[in-house]
Amino acid sequence: MEMIQGQVLIAGGAQGQVVFTDEPLSFWGGYDARDGMIIDKHHALYGAHVAGKIFVLPSARGSSTGSGILLEAIRLGNAPAALILKRRDAILALGAIVGRELYNKILPLVVVSDTDFERLHKARFVRLQHDGVVEYE
Amino acid sequence: MNLNQRDEQLLNGNFGPAPQMAMRILTQLGEVVGADEMLDVEQVHVDGCIYESEAHLDFAEKLAALNARVIVPTTLNATSLDLRHPDAWGYSAQWKSKAQRMANAYLAMGCTPTWTCAPYQTEFVPKFGQQIAWAESNAIVYANSVIGARTNRYGDFTDICAALTGRVPKYGLHLKENRRGQILFELVNIPAALLRDDAFFAVLGHFLGKRAGDQIPVILGLPRNTTQDNLKALGAGAASSGGVALFHAVGITPEAPTLEAAFGGNSYERVEITLRDLNDARAELSSANGSQLDAVILGSPHFSLQESLRLVELVRGQKINLSVEFIVTTNRIVREALHARGVLQTLTDAGVRLCEDTCILLSPMLRKEIRVLMTNSAKYAYYTPNLIDRRVVFGSLRDCVASAVQGRVVRDEGMWSAGREE
Repeated sequence: MEMIQGQVLIAGGAQGQVVFTDEPLSFWGGYDARDGMIIDKHHALYGAHVAGKIFVLPSARGSSTGSGILLEAIRLGNAPAALILKRRDAILALGAIVGRELYNKILPLVVVSDTDFERLHKARFVRLQHDGVVEYE
Repeated sequence: MNLNQRDEQLLNGNFGPAPQMAMRILTQLGEVVGADEMLDVEQVHVDGCIYESEAHLDFAEKLAALNARVIVPTTLNATSLDLRHPDAWGYSAQWKSKAQRMANAYLAMGCTPTWTCAPYQTEFVPKFGQQIAWAESNAIVYANSVIGARTNRYGDFTDICAALTGRVPKYGLHLKENRRGQILFELVNIPAALLRDDAFFAVLGHFLGKRAGDQIPVILGLPRNTTQDNLKALGAGAASSGGVALFHAVGITPEAPTLEAAFGGNSYERVEITLRDLNDARAELSSANGSQLDAVILGSPHFSLQESLRLVELVRGQKINLSVEFIVTTNRIVREALHARGVLQTLTDAGVRLCEDTCILLSPMLRKEIRVLMTNSAKYAYYTPNLIDRRVVFGSLRDCVASAVQGRVVRDEGMWSAGREE
Protein backbone atom coordinates (compact mmCIF):
# COMPACT_ATOMS: atom_id res chain seq x y z
CA MET A 1 0.00 0.00 0.00
CA GLU A 2 1.17 3.51 -0.77
CA MET A 3 0.05 6.51 1.20
CA ILE A 4 -0.85 10.14 0.62
CA GLN A 5 -2.18 12.84 2.92
CA GLY A 6 -5.50 14.43 1.98
CA GLN A 7 -7.14 17.51 3.47
CA VAL A 8 -10.26 16.57 5.39
CA LEU A 9 -13.50 18.31 4.45
CA ILE A 10 -15.79 15.73 6.07
CA ALA A 11 -14.00 13.36 8.42
CA GLY A 12 -14.70 9.67 8.21
CA GLY A 13 -13.25 6.28 7.41
CA ALA A 14 -14.04 4.24 4.32
CA GLN A 15 -12.50 1.64 2.07
CA GLY A 16 -13.30 0.04 -1.21
CA GLN A 17 -12.74 -0.25 -4.91
CA VAL A 18 -11.76 2.93 -6.73
CA VAL A 19 -13.65 4.61 -9.55
CA PHE A 20 -11.44 7.31 -11.05
CA THR A 21 -12.18 10.08 -13.50
CA ASP A 22 -10.30 13.23 -14.39
CA GLU A 23 -13.46 14.79 -15.82
CA PRO A 24 -15.80 16.80 -13.53
CA LEU A 25 -19.32 15.39 -13.19
CA SER A 26 -22.67 17.10 -12.84
CA PHE A 27 -24.57 15.00 -10.33
CA TRP A 28 -27.84 16.55 -11.57
CA GLY A 29 -28.53 14.61 -14.73
CA GLY A 30 -25.31 12.69 -14.19
CA TYR A 31 -25.78 10.48 -11.13
CA ASP A 32 -28.79 8.28 -10.49
CA ALA A 33 -29.50 8.30 -6.76
CA ARG A 34 -31.74 5.24 -7.12
CA ASP A 35 -28.90 2.92 -8.10
CA GLY A 36 -25.63 4.85 -7.89
CA MET A 37 -24.96 4.78 -11.64
CA ILE A 38 -23.39 7.47 -13.80
CA ILE A 39 -26.09 8.45 -16.30
CA ASP A 40 -24.49 11.44 -18.07
CA LYS A 41 -24.18 10.28 -21.66
CA HIS A 42 -21.53 12.94 -22.31
CA HIS A 43 -19.30 11.59 -19.51
CA ALA A 44 -16.52 9.02 -19.88
CA LEU A 45 -17.87 7.08 -16.88
CA TYR A 46 -21.35 6.70 -18.40
CA GLY A 47 -22.78 3.42 -17.16
CA ALA A 48 -20.31 2.98 -14.29
CA HIS A 49 -21.61 1.90 -10.90
CA VAL A 50 -20.25 4.12 -8.13
CA ALA A 51 -22.40 3.34 -5.08
CA GLY A 52 -20.25 2.07 -2.22
CA LYS A 53 -17.03 2.76 -4.13
CA ILE A 54 -14.30 5.29 -3.46
CA PHE A 55 -15.10 7.90 -6.11
CA VAL A 56 -12.07 9.95 -7.18
CA LEU A 57 -13.01 12.97 -9.31
CA PRO A 58 -11.68 16.53 -9.72
CA SER A 59 -14.92 18.25 -8.67
CA ALA A 60 -18.59 18.52 -9.46
CA ARG A 61 -19.81 20.53 -12.41
CA GLY A 62 -23.02 22.15 -13.53
CA SER A 63 -26.13 22.55 -11.45
CA SER A 64 -26.03 23.06 -7.71
CA THR A 65 -28.95 20.62 -7.58
CA GLY A 66 -26.09 18.14 -7.51
CA SER A 67 -25.96 18.65 -3.72
CA GLY A 68 -29.48 17.35 -3.36
CA ILE A 69 -28.90 14.42 -5.69
CA LEU A 70 -25.92 13.40 -3.58
CA LEU A 71 -28.06 13.82 -0.45
CA GLU A 72 -30.77 11.62 -1.92
CA ALA A 73 -28.14 9.01 -2.76
CA ILE A 74 -26.91 9.20 0.86
CA ARG A 75 -30.48 8.78 2.12
CA LEU A 76 -31.01 5.70 -0.05
CA GLY A 77 -27.61 4.19 0.69
CA ASN A 78 -26.50 4.63 -2.93
CA ALA A 79 -23.80 7.25 -2.44
CA PRO A 80 -20.13 6.52 -2.99
CA ALA A 81 -18.36 5.26 0.16
CA ALA A 82 -16.13 8.35 0.05
CA LEU A 83 -15.22 11.18 -2.30
CA ILE A 84 -11.64 12.14 -3.07
CA LEU A 85 -11.44 15.44 -4.93
CA LYS A 86 -8.86 17.72 -6.49
CA ARG A 87 -10.75 20.91 -5.60
CA ARG A 88 -12.70 22.09 -2.56
CA ASP A 89 -16.08 21.54 -4.08
CA ALA A 90 -19.00 23.27 -2.38
CA ILE A 91 -21.69 21.33 -4.27
CA LEU A 92 -20.52 17.91 -3.14
CA ALA A 93 -19.48 19.05 0.33
CA LEU A 94 -22.97 20.44 0.92
CA GLY A 95 -24.62 17.16 0.07
CA ALA A 96 -22.38 15.50 2.64
CA ILE A 97 -22.86 18.25 5.25
CA VAL A 98 -26.64 18.04 5.03
CA GLY A 99 -26.50 14.24 4.95
CA ARG A 100 -24.89 14.38 8.39
CA GLU A 101 -27.36 17.06 9.56
CA LEU A 102 -30.54 15.38 8.33
CA TYR A 103 -29.86 11.64 8.38
CA ASN A 104 -26.84 11.38 10.63
CA LYS A 105 -24.96 9.57 7.86
CA ILE A 106 -21.30 10.33 7.16
CA LEU A 107 -19.95 10.59 3.61
CA PRO A 108 -16.22 11.23 4.06
CA LEU A 109 -14.73 13.84 1.75
CA VAL A 110 -11.08 14.74 1.27
CA VAL A 111 -9.13 16.93 -1.12
CA VAL A 112 -5.73 15.92 -2.47
CA SER A 113 -3.07 17.84 -4.39
CA ASP A 114 -2.86 17.72 -8.19
CA THR A 115 0.10 15.35 -8.10
CA ASP A 116 -1.49 13.04 -5.55
CA PHE A 117 -4.68 13.08 -7.61
CA GLU A 118 -2.70 11.79 -10.60
CA ARG A 119 -1.18 9.07 -8.45
CA LEU A 120 -4.68 7.77 -7.73
CA HIS A 121 -5.26 7.30 -11.44
CA LYS A 122 -4.04 3.71 -11.34
CA ALA A 123 -5.22 2.85 -7.83
CA ARG A 124 -7.61 -0.08 -7.58
CA PHE A 125 -8.28 -0.07 -3.85
CA VAL A 126 -8.31 2.76 -1.30
CA ARG A 127 -8.52 2.89 2.47
CA LEU A 128 -9.36 6.34 3.80
CA GLN A 129 -8.75 7.26 7.44
CA HIS A 130 -10.41 9.88 9.64
CA ASP A 131 -7.32 12.11 9.58
CA GLY A 132 -7.33 12.27 5.76
CA VAL A 133 -4.62 9.66 5.17
CA VAL A 134 -5.34 7.83 1.91
CA GLU A 135 -3.79 4.38 1.54
CA TYR A 136 -3.99 2.89 -1.93
CA GLU A 137 -2.78 0.09 -4.13
CA MET B 1 -13.61 31.30 10.79
CA ASN B 2 -14.07 34.61 12.57
CA LEU B 3 -17.73 34.86 13.49
CA ASN B 4 -19.37 38.04 14.76
CA GLN B 5 -21.58 38.17 17.82
CA ARG B 6 -24.80 37.64 15.90
CA ASP B 7 -23.30 34.69 14.00
CA GLU B 8 -22.41 33.12 17.34
CA GLN B 9 -25.90 33.74 18.68
CA LEU B 10 -27.39 32.14 15.58
CA LEU B 11 -25.12 29.13 16.05
CA ASN B 12 -26.02 28.89 19.72
CA GLY B 13 -29.70 28.77 18.90
CA ASN B 14 -30.62 32.17 20.39
CA PHE B 15 -32.87 32.82 17.39
CA GLY B 16 -34.40 29.36 17.36
CA PRO B 17 -33.54 25.93 15.99
CA ALA B 18 -34.14 26.64 12.27
CA PRO B 19 -31.68 29.54 11.88
CA GLN B 20 -29.31 27.57 14.12
CA MET B 21 -29.34 24.63 11.73
CA ALA B 22 -28.99 27.03 8.79
CA MET B 23 -25.98 28.73 10.38
CA ARG B 24 -24.38 25.39 11.21
CA ILE B 25 -24.61 24.39 7.52
CA LEU B 26 -23.30 27.77 6.33
CA THR B 27 -20.30 27.82 8.66
CA GLN B 28 -19.37 24.28 7.61
CA LEU B 29 -19.58 25.43 4.00
CA GLY B 30 -17.39 28.40 4.97
CA GLU B 31 -14.74 26.01 6.29
CA VAL B 32 -14.88 23.95 3.08
CA VAL B 33 -14.37 26.96 0.84
CA GLY B 34 -11.76 28.53 3.11
CA ALA B 35 -13.70 31.70 4.03
CA ASP B 36 -12.39 33.83 6.92
CA GLU B 37 -15.73 35.33 7.87
CA MET B 38 -19.39 35.69 6.94
CA LEU B 39 -21.05 38.48 4.98
CA ASP B 40 -24.55 40.03 4.86
CA VAL B 41 -26.80 39.35 1.87
CA GLU B 42 -29.77 41.55 1.01
CA GLN B 43 -31.75 39.26 -1.25
CA VAL B 44 -32.09 35.54 -1.87
CA HIS B 45 -33.41 33.42 -4.74
CA VAL B 46 -34.26 29.86 -3.71
CA ASP B 47 -34.33 26.88 -6.06
CA GLY B 48 -34.55 24.30 -3.29
CA CYS B 49 -38.32 24.47 -3.83
CA ILE B 50 -38.03 21.98 -6.70
CA TYR B 51 -39.25 18.51 -5.85
CA GLU B 52 -36.08 16.75 -6.97
CA SER B 53 -36.18 13.98 -4.42
CA GLU B 54 -37.52 12.83 -1.07
CA ALA B 55 -34.37 14.22 0.50
CA HIS B 56 -35.19 17.71 -0.75
CA LEU B 57 -38.67 17.39 0.70
CA ASP B 58 -37.33 16.08 4.02
CA PHE B 59 -35.05 19.12 4.29
CA ALA B 60 -37.76 21.67 3.48
CA GLU B 61 -40.34 20.11 5.77
CA LYS B 62 -37.84 19.83 8.59
CA LEU B 63 -37.12 23.57 8.43
CA ALA B 64 -40.81 24.44 8.10
CA ALA B 65 -41.61 22.23 11.10
CA LEU B 66 -38.99 24.19 13.06
CA ASN B 67 -40.99 27.38 12.27
CA ALA B 68 -38.33 28.79 9.99
CA ARG B 69 -38.97 32.31 8.61
CA VAL B 70 -36.89 34.14 6.01
CA ILE B 71 -35.42 37.45 7.17
CA VAL B 72 -34.46 38.94 3.78
CA PRO B 73 -36.63 39.28 0.64
CA THR B 74 -36.63 35.82 -0.94
CA THR B 75 -37.96 34.84 -4.36
CA LEU B 76 -38.82 31.29 -5.37
CA ASN B 77 -37.57 29.48 -8.44
CA ALA B 78 -39.66 27.48 -10.87
CA THR B 79 -40.98 24.46 -9.03
CA SER B 80 -42.29 21.03 -9.98
CA LEU B 81 -45.93 21.76 -10.74
CA ASP B 82 -48.09 24.21 -12.65
CA LEU B 83 -49.57 25.20 -9.29
CA ARG B 84 -52.66 26.96 -10.59
CA HIS B 85 -53.36 24.35 -13.29
CA PRO B 86 -52.21 21.09 -11.69
CA ASP B 87 -54.59 19.01 -13.80
CA ALA B 88 -53.56 20.42 -17.16
CA TRP B 89 -50.44 18.31 -17.69
CA GLY B 90 -51.24 14.74 -16.72
CA TYR B 91 -49.31 14.68 -13.45
CA SER B 92 -49.97 11.70 -11.20
CA ALA B 93 -51.82 12.27 -7.92
CA GLN B 94 -48.67 11.35 -6.04
CA TRP B 95 -46.52 13.83 -7.96
CA LYS B 96 -49.01 16.64 -7.42
CA SER B 97 -49.15 15.92 -3.72
CA LYS B 98 -45.35 15.86 -3.25
CA ALA B 99 -44.75 18.97 -5.36
CA GLN B 100 -47.51 20.83 -3.55
CA ARG B 101 -46.01 19.89 -0.17
CA MET B 102 -42.68 21.24 -1.37
CA ALA B 103 -44.27 24.51 -2.43
CA ASN B 104 -46.19 24.76 0.84
CA ALA B 105 -43.05 24.33 2.93
CA TYR B 106 -41.33 27.29 1.27
CA LEU B 107 -44.46 29.45 1.35
CA ALA B 108 -44.75 28.72 5.07
CA MET B 109 -41.22 30.08 5.50
CA GLY B 110 -42.32 33.42 4.04
CA CYS B 111 -40.81 33.24 0.55
CA THR B 112 -42.41 35.22 -2.31
CA PRO B 113 -44.29 32.99 -4.78
CA THR B 114 -42.59 34.17 -7.97
CA TRP B 115 -42.09 30.55 -9.12
CA THR B 116 -39.68 31.45 -11.88
CA CYS B 117 -36.13 30.68 -12.98
CA ALA B 118 -35.93 34.21 -14.41
CA PRO B 119 -36.36 36.28 -11.22
CA TYR B 120 -34.30 39.03 -12.84
CA GLN B 121 -37.27 39.68 -15.14
CA THR B 122 -39.69 40.29 -12.26
CA GLU B 123 -39.98 43.29 -9.96
CA PHE B 124 -37.42 41.72 -7.59
CA VAL B 125 -34.29 42.76 -9.47
CA PRO B 126 -31.18 43.30 -7.35
CA LYS B 127 -28.99 46.36 -7.81
CA PHE B 128 -25.48 46.75 -9.16
CA GLY B 129 -22.90 45.83 -6.52
CA GLN B 130 -25.47 44.39 -4.13
CA GLN B 131 -24.50 41.25 -2.18
CA ILE B 132 -27.10 38.55 -2.80
CA ALA B 133 -27.40 34.78 -2.50
CA TRP B 134 -28.98 33.38 -5.61
CA ALA B 135 -29.55 29.84 -6.70
CA GLU B 136 -30.36 28.47 -10.18
CA SER B 137 -27.42 28.51 -12.57
CA ASN B 138 -28.96 30.75 -15.21
CA ALA B 139 -30.18 33.28 -12.63
CA ILE B 140 -26.77 33.34 -10.97
CA VAL B 141 -24.89 34.07 -14.18
CA TYR B 142 -27.43 36.74 -15.14
CA ALA B 143 -27.33 38.49 -11.75
CA ASN B 144 -23.53 38.57 -11.74
CA SER B 145 -22.93 39.41 -15.38
CA VAL B 146 -25.81 41.51 -16.63
CA ILE B 147 -26.83 43.24 -13.39
CA GLY B 148 -23.47 43.30 -11.62
CA ALA B 149 -24.92 42.06 -8.34
CA ARG B 150 -22.64 39.66 -6.47
CA THR B 151 -23.44 36.04 -5.80
CA ASN B 152 -21.71 32.72 -5.71
CA ARG B 153 -23.32 29.64 -7.16
CA TYR B 154 -25.76 28.91 -4.38
CA GLY B 155 -28.31 26.17 -4.65
CA ASP B 156 -29.72 23.31 -2.76
CA PHE B 157 -29.78 24.06 0.98
CA THR B 158 -27.49 27.10 1.04
CA ASP B 159 -30.12 29.29 -0.59
CA ILE B 160 -32.71 28.90 2.16
CA CYS B 161 -30.01 28.89 4.86
CA ALA B 162 -28.91 32.31 3.59
CA ALA B 163 -32.52 33.51 3.64
CA LEU B 164 -33.03 32.35 7.23
CA THR B 165 -29.85 34.01 8.53
CA GLY B 166 -29.08 36.82 6.05
CA ARG B 167 -25.48 35.51 6.02
CA VAL B 168 -23.15 33.61 3.68
CA PRO B 169 -19.44 32.78 3.78
CA LYS B 170 -17.37 35.65 2.40
CA TYR B 171 -15.55 34.19 -0.60
CA GLY B 172 -15.59 33.82 -4.37
CA LEU B 173 -17.64 36.19 -6.48
CA HIS B 174 -18.75 38.25 -3.47
CA LEU B 175 -15.26 39.79 -3.61
CA LYS B 176 -14.36 42.29 -6.31
CA GLU B 177 -10.89 40.86 -6.87
CA ASN B 178 -12.37 37.50 -7.91
CA ARG B 179 -14.66 39.00 -10.53
CA ARG B 180 -12.06 39.91 -13.14
CA GLY B 181 -12.01 38.16 -16.50
CA GLN B 182 -9.76 35.13 -16.98
CA ILE B 183 -10.07 34.15 -20.65
CA LEU B 184 -10.81 36.21 -23.77
CA PHE B 185 -13.18 35.06 -26.50
CA GLU B 186 -13.11 37.21 -29.61
CA LEU B 187 -15.79 36.85 -32.27
CA VAL B 188 -14.17 36.87 -35.69
CA ASN B 189 -16.04 37.44 -38.97
CA ILE B 190 -19.45 36.43 -37.72
CA PRO B 191 -22.19 37.46 -40.22
CA ALA B 192 -24.12 40.50 -38.96
CA ALA B 193 -27.50 38.84 -39.43
CA LEU B 194 -26.44 36.00 -37.17
CA LEU B 195 -25.37 38.43 -34.43
CA ARG B 196 -29.00 39.50 -34.15
CA ASP B 197 -30.52 36.03 -33.95
CA ASP B 198 -31.73 34.39 -30.73
CA ALA B 199 -30.15 31.06 -31.71
CA PHE B 200 -26.71 32.65 -32.02
CA PHE B 201 -26.65 33.65 -28.35
CA ALA B 202 -27.71 30.22 -27.14
CA VAL B 203 -25.07 28.56 -29.32
CA LEU B 204 -22.39 31.02 -28.20
CA GLY B 205 -23.30 30.28 -24.59
CA HIS B 206 -23.00 26.54 -25.17
CA PHE B 207 -19.59 27.05 -26.77
CA LEU B 208 -18.35 29.32 -23.97
CA GLY B 209 -19.42 26.92 -21.25
CA LYS B 210 -17.56 24.04 -22.86
CA ARG B 211 -14.43 26.06 -23.52
CA ALA B 212 -14.30 28.21 -20.37
CA GLY B 213 -15.36 25.58 -17.82
CA ASP B 214 -15.60 27.53 -14.58
CA GLN B 215 -13.33 30.39 -15.66
CA ILE B 216 -14.69 33.92 -16.15
CA PRO B 217 -14.97 34.54 -19.89
CA VAL B 218 -14.70 37.96 -21.48
CA ILE B 219 -16.46 38.29 -24.84
CA LEU B 220 -15.33 40.78 -27.43
CA GLY B 221 -17.40 41.54 -30.50
CA LEU B 222 -21.03 41.42 -29.40
CA PRO B 223 -23.12 44.17 -30.97
CA ARG B 224 -24.19 47.20 -28.92
CA ASN B 225 -27.85 46.38 -29.36
CA THR B 226 -27.54 42.95 -27.71
CA THR B 227 -30.69 42.59 -25.61
CA GLN B 228 -31.24 41.34 -22.07
CA ASP B 229 -32.95 38.28 -23.51
CA ASN B 230 -29.91 37.63 -25.70
CA LEU B 231 -27.62 37.75 -22.65
CA LYS B 232 -30.05 35.54 -20.76
CA ALA B 233 -29.85 32.89 -23.50
CA LEU B 234 -26.07 33.16 -23.59
CA GLY B 235 -25.69 32.82 -19.81
CA ALA B 236 -28.10 29.89 -19.57
CA GLY B 237 -26.18 28.04 -22.28
CA ALA B 238 -22.81 28.71 -20.65
CA ALA B 239 -24.08 27.66 -17.22
CA SER B 240 -25.40 24.38 -18.63
CA SER B 241 -22.42 23.14 -20.64
CA GLY B 242 -19.96 24.65 -18.15
CA GLY B 243 -19.80 26.14 -14.69
CA VAL B 244 -19.85 29.75 -15.80
CA ALA B 245 -21.21 31.98 -13.01
CA LEU B 246 -20.01 35.31 -14.42
CA PHE B 247 -19.08 36.57 -17.87
CA HIS B 248 -18.18 39.99 -19.17
CA ALA B 249 -19.23 41.33 -22.58
CA VAL B 250 -17.03 44.27 -23.47
CA GLY B 251 -19.02 47.46 -23.95
CA ILE B 252 -22.23 45.78 -22.81
CA THR B 253 -22.13 44.37 -19.28
CA PRO B 254 -21.59 46.74 -16.35
CA GLU B 255 -18.20 45.52 -15.13
CA ALA B 256 -16.71 45.58 -18.64
CA PRO B 257 -16.86 49.08 -20.13
CA THR B 258 -13.52 48.29 -21.77
CA LEU B 259 -11.36 45.21 -22.35
CA GLU B 260 -8.89 46.50 -19.75
CA ALA B 261 -11.63 46.98 -17.16
CA ALA B 262 -12.97 43.49 -17.81
CA PHE B 263 -9.62 41.86 -17.03
CA GLY B 264 -8.53 44.32 -14.34
CA GLY B 265 -4.86 43.48 -14.93
CA ASN B 266 -5.26 39.70 -15.18
CA SER B 267 -3.20 38.07 -17.90
CA TYR B 268 -5.27 35.93 -20.21
CA GLU B 269 -5.42 33.46 -23.06
CA ARG B 270 -7.13 34.66 -26.25
CA VAL B 271 -9.50 32.35 -28.10
CA GLU B 272 -10.98 33.20 -31.48
CA ILE B 273 -14.54 32.16 -32.20
CA THR B 274 -15.25 31.62 -35.87
CA LEU B 275 -18.44 30.75 -37.70
CA ARG B 276 -17.11 27.22 -37.97
CA ASP B 277 -16.81 26.93 -34.16
CA LEU B 278 -20.37 28.14 -33.83
CA ASN B 279 -21.61 25.65 -36.40
CA ASP B 280 -19.91 22.84 -34.47
CA ALA B 281 -21.47 24.02 -31.21
CA ARG B 282 -24.86 24.33 -32.88
CA ALA B 283 -24.62 20.76 -34.16
CA GLU B 284 -23.85 19.54 -30.63
CA LEU B 285 -27.09 21.00 -29.36
CA SER B 286 -29.13 18.70 -31.58
CA SER B 287 -29.54 15.11 -30.44
CA ALA B 288 -31.97 14.21 -33.22
CA ASN B 289 -31.71 14.49 -36.96
CA GLY B 290 -34.32 13.95 -39.61
CA SER B 291 -37.63 15.72 -39.90
CA GLN B 292 -39.66 14.02 -37.14
CA LEU B 293 -41.18 16.59 -34.79
CA ASP B 294 -43.55 15.91 -31.90
CA ALA B 295 -43.33 19.12 -29.92
CA VAL B 296 -41.88 22.60 -29.75
CA ILE B 297 -40.95 23.64 -26.23
CA LEU B 298 -39.76 27.17 -25.52
CA GLY B 299 -38.83 28.90 -22.31
CA SER B 300 -35.72 27.76 -20.47
CA PRO B 301 -35.10 30.10 -18.77
CA HIS B 302 -38.78 31.07 -18.51
CA PHE B 303 -39.95 33.01 -21.54
CA SER B 304 -40.01 36.75 -20.88
CA LEU B 305 -42.73 39.16 -21.92
CA GLN B 306 -40.55 40.43 -24.79
CA GLU B 307 -39.85 36.91 -26.03
CA SER B 308 -43.54 36.07 -25.77
CA LEU B 309 -44.53 39.17 -27.73
CA ARG B 310 -42.13 38.18 -30.46
CA LEU B 311 -43.72 34.76 -30.55
CA VAL B 312 -47.16 36.40 -30.77
CA GLU B 313 -46.05 38.20 -33.93
CA LEU B 314 -44.64 35.02 -35.44
CA VAL B 315 -47.75 32.89 -34.83
CA ARG B 316 -50.38 35.55 -35.49
CA GLY B 317 -52.83 34.12 -38.01
CA GLN B 318 -50.94 30.80 -38.18
CA LYS B 319 -52.08 27.37 -37.06
CA ILE B 320 -49.74 25.00 -35.28
CA ASN B 321 -49.91 21.61 -36.99
CA LEU B 322 -52.19 19.24 -35.10
CA SER B 323 -49.40 16.67 -34.88
CA VAL B 324 -47.19 19.07 -32.89
CA GLU B 325 -47.60 20.08 -29.28
CA PHE B 326 -46.42 23.67 -28.76
CA ILE B 327 -45.68 24.65 -25.16
CA VAL B 328 -44.17 27.82 -23.71
CA THR B 329 -42.86 27.49 -20.17
CA THR B 330 -43.06 30.79 -18.35
CA ASN B 331 -44.29 32.39 -15.14
CA ARG B 332 -47.60 33.83 -14.02
CA ILE B 333 -46.32 37.39 -14.29
CA VAL B 334 -45.77 36.96 -18.02
CA ARG B 335 -49.09 35.18 -18.54
CA GLU B 336 -50.93 38.00 -16.81
CA ALA B 337 -49.05 40.66 -18.78
CA LEU B 338 -49.96 38.88 -22.04
CA HIS B 339 -53.56 38.70 -20.93
CA ALA B 340 -53.58 42.39 -20.02
CA ARG B 341 -52.28 43.27 -23.47
CA GLY B 342 -54.98 41.17 -25.09
CA VAL B 343 -52.55 38.86 -26.92
CA LEU B 344 -52.86 35.70 -24.86
CA GLN B 345 -55.76 34.73 -27.12
CA THR B 346 -53.56 35.10 -30.21
CA LEU B 347 -51.25 32.42 -28.83
CA THR B 348 -54.12 30.17 -27.81
CA ASP B 349 -55.83 30.54 -31.19
CA ALA B 350 -52.66 29.47 -32.96
CA GLY B 351 -52.42 26.37 -30.76
CA VAL B 352 -49.75 27.48 -28.26
CA ARG B 353 -50.17 26.34 -24.66
CA LEU B 354 -48.67 28.25 -21.77
CA CYS B 355 -47.32 26.39 -18.77
CA GLU B 356 -46.44 28.39 -15.67
CA ASP B 357 -44.41 27.93 -12.47
CA THR B 358 -42.46 24.95 -13.81
CA CYS B 359 -40.77 23.51 -16.92
CA ILE B 360 -40.24 20.21 -18.72
CA LEU B 361 -37.03 19.47 -16.81
CA LEU B 362 -38.60 19.95 -13.39
CA SER B 363 -41.87 18.08 -13.74
CA PRO B 364 -43.11 15.12 -15.81
CA MET B 365 -45.44 17.13 -18.03
CA LEU B 366 -44.81 15.73 -21.51
CA ARG B 367 -46.96 12.98 -22.96
CA LYS B 368 -44.97 9.80 -23.50
CA GLU B 369 -45.66 9.92 -27.26
CA ILE B 370 -43.47 13.01 -27.48
CA ARG B 371 -40.04 11.68 -28.47
CA VAL B 372 -38.48 14.53 -30.48
CA LEU B 373 -38.85 18.14 -29.54
CA MET B 374 -37.51 21.36 -30.92
CA THR B 375 -36.36 24.38 -28.96
CA ASN B 376 -34.28 27.55 -29.20
CA SER B 377 -33.01 27.03 -25.64
CA ALA B 378 -29.47 25.74 -25.18
CA LYS B 379 -30.39 24.69 -21.67
CA TYR B 380 -33.33 22.57 -22.79
CA ALA B 381 -31.20 21.16 -25.60
CA TYR B 382 -28.37 20.27 -23.22
CA TYR B 383 -30.33 18.63 -20.40
CA THR B 384 -33.33 17.05 -22.13
CA PRO B 385 -31.67 13.84 -23.44
CA ASN B 386 -30.25 12.93 -20.02
CA LEU B 387 -32.97 14.15 -17.72
CA ILE B 388 -36.18 13.30 -19.53
CA ASP B 389 -35.01 10.89 -22.23
CA ARG B 390 -36.23 12.78 -25.29
CA ARG B 391 -34.24 13.91 -28.29
CA VAL B 392 -33.90 17.52 -29.36
CA VAL B 393 -33.52 19.53 -32.51
CA PHE B 394 -32.07 22.94 -31.81
CA GLY B 395 -33.31 25.86 -33.90
CA SER B 396 -34.03 29.57 -33.79
CA LEU B 397 -37.40 30.87 -32.63
CA ARG B 398 -38.32 31.42 -36.25
CA ASP B 399 -37.27 27.84 -37.12
CA CYS B 400 -39.34 26.51 -34.23
CA VAL B 401 -42.50 28.29 -35.36
CA ALA B 402 -42.03 27.36 -39.03
CA SER B 403 -41.48 23.72 -38.07
CA ALA B 404 -44.48 23.66 -35.75
CA VAL B 405 -46.71 24.99 -38.50
CA GLN B 406 -45.43 22.52 -41.10
CA GLY B 407 -45.38 19.58 -38.70
CA ARG B 408 -41.78 18.66 -39.51
CA VAL B 409 -38.35 20.08 -38.78
CA VAL B 410 -37.34 22.93 -41.07
CA ARG B 411 -34.33 25.08 -40.31
CA ASP B 412 -32.95 28.15 -42.05
CA GLU B 413 -29.35 27.18 -42.73
CA GLY B 414 -28.57 30.35 -44.69
CA MET B 415 -27.76 32.43 -41.66
CA TRP B 416 -25.16 29.89 -40.55
CA SER B 417 -23.23 29.82 -43.83
CA ALA B 418 -20.34 32.14 -44.50
CA GLY B 419 -21.27 33.52 -47.90
CA ARG B 420 -24.45 35.26 -46.92
CA GLU B 421 -24.37 39.03 -46.62
CA GLU B 422 -27.02 41.37 -45.26
